[in-house]
Amino acid sequence: MNKSIRNRIIDETFKWFGVACTLFGLIMLTIFLSGIIRDGIHRIDWDFITSYASRRPGKAGVFPAILGTLWMLGLTFVIAIPIGIAAGIYLEEYGKRNRLASIIEVNIANLAGVPSVIYGLLGLEIFSRILGMGSSILAGACTLSLLILPVIIVSTREALKAVPHSLREASFGLGASKWQTIWYQVLPASAGGVVTGVILALSRAIGETAPLIVVGAATMVTNAPTSPMDKYTVLPIQIFNWISRPEKEFLINGAAGIIVLLAITFIMNGFALYLRNKWQKRVKW
Amino acid sequence: MDYKIYAQNVNVYYGDNHVIKGVTMNIAPNTVTAFIGPSGCGKSTFLRVLNRMNDYIVGFRKEGNILIDGEDIYARSVRVEELRKKVGMVFQKPNPFPKTIYENVVYGLRIQGIKDKRILDEAVETSLKSSALWEEVKDQLKKSALALSGGQQQRLCIARTLATSPSVVLMDEPASALDPISTAKIEELIYELKQKYTIIIVTHNMQQAGRVSDSTAFFYMGDLIEYNTTKEIFTNPQQTRTQNYITGRFG
Repeated sequence: MNKSIRNRIIDETFKWFGVACTLFGLIMLTIFLSGIIRDGIHRIDWDFITSYASRRPGKAGVFPAILGTLWMLGLTFVIAIPIGIAAGIYLEEYGKRNRLASIIEVNIANLAGVPSVIYGLLGLEIFSRILGMGSSILAGACTLSLLILPVIIVSTREALKAVPHSLREASFGLGASKWQTIWYQVLPASAGGVVTGVILALSRAIGETAPLIVVGAATMVTNAPTSPMDKYTVLPIQIFNWISRPEKEFLINGAAGIIVLLAITFIMNGFALYLRNKWQKRVKW
Repeated sequence: MDYKIYAQNVNVYYGDNHVIKGVTMNIAPNTVTAFIGPSGCGKSTFLRVLNRMNDYIVGFRKEGNILIDGEDIYARSVRVEELRKKVGMVFQKPNPFPKTIYENVVYGLRIQGIKDKRILDEAVETSLKSSALWEEVKDQLKKSALALSGGQQQRLCIARTLATSPSVVLMDEPASALDPISTAKIEELIYELKQKYTIIIVTHNMQQAGRVSDSTAFFYMGDLIEYNTTKEIFTNPQQTRTQNYITGRFG
């Protein structure tokens, strides 16, 4: 066989193989989502969103879980963002390039892949027991912060790395100090990437269940939390609780809860996309 | 005669790489000095030594003394930020900040903490006039600097440098990314700026060196081969290597 014909055939084969792989993922997701939506969409109404937990499936709602999730997100945001971005800036802009730096680098990348339940155990020991936070929102938020810190650090570094060297030189050349250069030029220029990384990290945090079960999120909460030290539940745990009940009607609640959780995640991702496009338009080289 | 810049037996290393080998040269005030030589000869490195832009490079090491206005610029007491205000720099590729034209010019002043709008407005006008850009942009100071043409961007970068009132301006191949008309404008500008500033320009373009400079220094493999008035270098070079380079036989 002619070599160029053979190459063409390989080329075509691989193309269709790729198409099939892409479609496989999309089809599975569609089947899953349409099943969930069919089961749960009719259950979603204002009552469902504003009601508390109940023993009767038709009266139960996700209000405490939504508030718990929002509290959790807010606190995680406040704790993880400053630490993560500052660590990213230090490692990328100030840290020396030596053996220790590369060890730290590899380990941060590895930490991003540690199973979340391990973080839960760590959080249970340090935050809940040693620091005495018990099973409060704060303990959960600290644990989730640890979980998403590696993601934020890595994405911050990538965003900083993408800022062209010429921009830093221009700033240094005009007598700016290192900090001024980072604050006035490098950070604004990399804001799109940093924010995207942060929101994607928070999107991961919002869906976590395992570490929160370990640090003591309750499965049945009758009051919406009002302070960081309150007991709480979050959407994924509420969903998990419902679908593990024997009554069939609770399954419908579970599907509806999944739709709410997906909606929040999609809104966050959409917001990340919007910010990235907005900033990328403004900063161009 | 009092020189603006004294460099005595300057050696520069990047790690084990000896890139500047015992360069001694004095530069007179209010002149244009051209650094020429093939790529990798050390001319850009030597230029960057003069405002310490190499400080952040890993493995950078310098020996010998450099005095500007009689002050050792590598002395411990020297604040490098202050030095760079005095010794401004224009880069090879125009690199305006992704901000408005106005903000680009005042950046150097803002980071010094100057907030008075009158001072800033005045600096914008004077600097843009000095860099021959004022007439083209005076009605669009709030427009993004990135919307300007390459030549205008480079003149904006020069204006931005002049705004911090330097006395020395270093230019690292300032016209190599520009078309001939923009290049001519930059060269004209360099000639004007000589009245107020001491200018050092790195260039690969022999004609450009011949047109704009008073003195020319020829670097080769980290050595300063020959340094003389531009006229002497181009009409009566003392070294064969200089002659070969300027006549285009190598490099």
